Amino acid sequence: MTEGMTDGMTNLPDAAMMNALAPHGPEATQVATLTQVMTVGGALILLLVCVLTAVAILGPRSWKRALSGRDTVRWGGFAFPIVTLAALLFWSLWTMRGTERAAAAPAALTISVVGEQWWWRLDYRDAQGRRFAEANEIVVPVGVDVDLLLESADVIHSVWLPSLAGKLDMIPGRTNRLRLRADRPGVYRGQCAEYCGGSHARMGFELIALAPDDFAAWRAAAHAPRREPADEDARRGREVFAAAGCGACHTVRGTDAQGRVGPDLTRLGARRHIAAASLPNTHDARARFVARSQEVKPQSLMPPFAFLTETQLSDLAAYLGGLK
Amino acid sequence: MTALPLEPPNEAPRPPDELAKLEEIWAVPRGWRIVTAVNNNIVGYFYVATAFLFFLLAGLLAVLIRLQLAFPDGKLLSEATYNQVFTMHGTVMMFLFAVPAVEAAGVLMLPQMLGARDLPFPRLGAYAFWAYAIGGVVFFGSIFFGSIFFGASPSGGWFMYPPLTNQRFSPDIGADFWLLGIGFIEISAIAGAIEIIVGVLRTRAPGMHLSRMPVFAWTMLIFAWMIVFAFPAVILSTILLELERAFGWPFFDATKGGDALLWQHLFWFFGHPEVYIIFLPAAGMVSMIVPTMVRAPLVGYRLIVAALIAVGFFSFGLWVHHMFTTGIPAVSLGFFSAASAAVAIPSGVQIFAWIATMASGRLRMTAASLFVLGFLFVFTLGGLTGVMVAMVPFDRQAHDSYFIVAHLHYVLFGGMVFPLFAAFYYWTPAFSRNALSERAGKWAFALIFIGFNIAFLPMHVAGLRGMPRRVYTYPSGLGWDGPNLISTAGALILATGIAVFVVDAVRKIRPTLGDSAGDVWKAGTLEWLPNGAYAARSVPVVTDREPLWARPTLAREVEEGRWFLPGAPTGRRETIVTSPVEAHPQYLMRLTGPGWSHVSAAVFTAAFFLLLTAKAVWLAGACGLGALASLLIWAWRTDPSDAGEVDVGGGLKLPTYASGPRAHSWWATVVVLSVAGALWFSYVFAYLYLWTVAPSNWPGATAMPSPERALLAGALLLASGAALTAMRVLLARDRRVAAAIAALSGVVLLALALGADALGHWESGLRAPRSGYAAVVYASHLLQGQIAGAVVVTGVFVALRLALGLVTARRRVMADNLALLWAYALGQGALALLLTHGFPRLIGKG
Repeated sequence: MTEGMTDGMTNLPDAAMMNALAPHGPEATQVATLTQVMTVGGALILLLVCVLTAVAILGPRSWKRALSGRDTVRWGGFAFPIVTLAALLFWSLWTMRGTERAAAAPAALTISVVGEQWWWRLDYRDAQGRRFAEANEIVVPVGVDVDLLLESADVIHSVWLPSLAGKLDMIPGRTNRLRLRADRPGVYRGQCAEYCGGSHARMGFELIALAPDDFAAWRAAAHAPRREPADEDARRGREVFAAAGCGACHTVRGTDAQGRVGPDLTRLGARRHIAAASLPNTHDARARFVARSQEVKPQSLMPPFAFLTETQLSDLAAYLGGLK
Repeated sequence: MTALPLEPPNEAPRPPDELAKLEEIWAVPRGWRIVTAVNNNIVGYFYVATAFLFFLLAGLLAVLIRLQLAFPDGKLLSEATYNQVFTMHGTVMMFLFAVPAVEAAGVLMLPQMLGARDLPFPRLGAYAFWAYAIGGVVFFGSIFFGSIFFGASPSGGWFMYPPLTNQRFSPDIGADFWLLGIGFIEISAIAGAIEIIVGVLRTRAPGMHLSRMPVFAWTMLIFAWMIVFAFPAVILSTILLELERAFGWPFFDATKGGDALLWQHLFWFFGHPEVYIIFLPAAGMVSMIVPTMVRAPLVGYRLIVAALIAVGFFSFGLWVHHMFTTGIPAVSLGFFSAASAAVAIPSGVQIFAWIATMASGRLRMTAASLFVLGFLFVFTLGGLTGVMVAMVPFDRQAHDSYFIVAHLHYVLFGGMVFPLFAAFYYWTPAFSRNALSERAGKWAFALIFIGFNIAFLPMHVAGLRGMPRRVYTYPSGLGWDGPNLISTAGALILATGIAVFVVDAVRKIRPTLGDSAGDVWKAGTLEWLPNGAYAARSVPVVTDREPLWARPTLAREVEEGRWFLPGAPTGRRETIVTSPVEAHPQYLMRLTGPGWSHVSAAVFTAAFFLLLTAKAVWLAGACGLGALASLLIWAWRTDPSDAGEVDVGGGLKLPTYASGPRAHSWWATVVVLSVAGALWFSYVFAYLYLWTVAPSNWPGATAMPSPERALLAGALLLASGAALTAMRVLLARDRRVAAAIAALSGVVLLALALGADALGHWESGLRAPRSGYAAVVYASHLLQGQIAGAVVVTGVFVALRLALGLVTARRRVMADNLALLWAYALGQGALALLLTHGFPRLIGKG
């Protein structure tokens, strides 16, 4: 059910998944309009300043004389800015008010997102109110209001999905609430937008907006009993997982692995990327990450498991790929 | 008050040895002893060169950044190295280049521009330079030696947010390097601010009413006051973060009642005015260059001055716009958004005033004019994107993205660096034997302007496509590849343009005192008078904003010594002190010449901070004592005794000593106390803010320590106040020894008062590392201790001088300054008692 979750979805081109000027959510749409107006307006004002400067230097004498008095300063420096800034400010405050009021209505879904160096710890509740953990890939139903409750486990991070909404910081000791809605099914990319040291550049994430039925199925499958590994190498991979002590830091629901230091791996195989949107979720990438994590996420807590053999890494990658 | 003469009051030719004596008194030490020089021109040359050197070094770091980001998944720099490189780029540009460069321009040019012979505290200016230069070079060295050998460079960004920069997440000494490293920068900036405020307000040429003062002087005055009120916030925040790192005092730790946002409030309360501190003097330079290049006076002078003052004030009300995405309530955000938009208005006023000025004459297309035009374009674009990000909904997308990187470079590079290049091309002939090459300047301009725009314009796009700031690399396929590659190409073109300038500068600039290229532009203001080590030969009466235009014979008359002070009537370096608004001559100030004490003070100050960083505490302490000893030796040689009245020319007789509020050092003390007051206010903010964050940590009435110690402290403060009054009364009656005893006992009582209060908290079991509340209470004791320490040292110093007869009823300046400092300390101490003992009882939970 959760395999190929994004298959058949309207695939947004990569560059559009993460673009403030290609909005797919209500807040981002309003800001995009504001942005376009301000850009055009700003360009026109810049052009005006250039033209006036050119006239001041090269223009005919009568035009220069008209520009050379204190009235130029009063009109250009006071009257014009006061009027335009007031109008712009009013529009901006009106937009803020609209966003605030929309966010006051209750959300259909609330997800806890905790920023860690350098990944995202997610906490959902299913339809029965049972909690389940995920990591790095936020799955939501399309077209409904979702609240992300933002917290931090260590330093300041920030959640930013340019195509959907503005960003909001994760500050230790506080909970901030980010309201979003994805208007089209698809994959939206985000990135941590507050410098958090080390691998800040590698702290991305994706938000997947599913049709409501698909989302319900995804959520229901969170506590479904784990399937046995499909083939021999995945079974061997499970042994490697246990022997290498991965369960000390990672959780796979329904097994002995209950560590909470690192991301939850229960449904790793179904994700599009690993390592917080740093690598595609392919067999080779998984093997490479386990063996040389510090190359991908320098300074992260995951030690490189270089002592595993090629076969072991391949089996482990197969096992992880089967966790769905 | 006799009216000032409108014709030169002195006869020519002057007595034959007058000039020779003037030159001898003002002579600059030769050879390596030049490091002891205090002439503002010499210090100014060193200062400008050092600041520009840091610009080039930080610029090289920028080239490294651009090379790393040219392609996705760049491998040129590791993440650890890159994070240090961008941190150092920002820190060096903001603290070691931008503020020092405009301060350097002030040191170099203000006295001449104002018709003074030097700045009012020559050794203070030299000290500010050496502390900055030594400290800056060692700090910058950290990135090379640090990252190669010890990984010791700071890597927390130039703004150093905790918790990332606390001991747990930044365990190496890089963060300490930053925190203590900017300590000497802060001292240097404040020392410079004192000089500039007193210099601009009290040492102008007679008749130079404030409304006739060059706009650059106005901007430097506002710049200096902004430093006074803004820097203390970052001084406090760096002290608090260092205390948290070194001793675990949890100001910023949410698990113990601290708050990461406290740092952001304090830092940005400094950080926003900081960018206007950087921009205003550059705008002032433009206001000097444009009229000369157009050969017409500035249009809207008063509007410009009003706009500059408005920017100075408004800029303190904007800081939260750096925190729009932290989750602060929308109502507050709306206020700061409005204020941030409003500040565009005074900037716009200046732009249109410059356009009007250009329209009122004929602009000569020199290299300086081109850089001014470049400034207009780049800064206007940056200001427009600034209005965009002042709008909260847009900023929620743009904040911490490359859009902001673009914006900040447009306003800072456009608003400060372009005018700086214009200033080089414009003012070099006044200070160097050769002017710069116009041809090279035009090439440099073209490469810099084109390179800059190619480098930074695409960043707006990358930012809106989701590229965050401070990333050491990025993945392909997000639409960031193209803009980044173009930006890197632009950066290389920009670097080439700067290289062209550097080659031209090295070939042409020959700093000199006396045979400069001269007034090649036929400018109107006094810095273009022929000058030597003693600035201008005589001090003219000013009746116009452009004195050289108003009186074409002025340069010759000044050179012939026909105006005031053509020689040195007291046989020492002197300048005329005038009234603050109308510039009526009040007295003749004697200035110090070259010496070692300020140099050793600077070396020991820099060493103190750098050794503390390296945790060599005893050695640092020894250097601190060395700095203190140097300061005392330095201070011992100030305050020369009254030399009676002297004739400064044309029958104008001026006293040589002033005391009370007329004295220039009284003014300097007031500036220092303004800094202390701003520091205290930042502290009160921190105290009250932490209370709003974690009120449960506040003890309430019944959990407070018993009030005995606090009451004892209050009583001791009162006793100290009585001793202060006694000292002043006794001194007025010239009872020197008794006054000395009053001073000594009074400062001891002050120290005991503060000790009693601290003891009270200690005995109650309160320990700073336990909670934000405890930490902020002990921080109060630390601040009281700092000011009390200064009062004790000054009190002992003055008592000694009283006993030796060097301070008398007439020669009172040092006692007056002690009284000011002491009264301030009493006031701050009393308020501290009220706050730390009264406030918790007031909020009263039990």
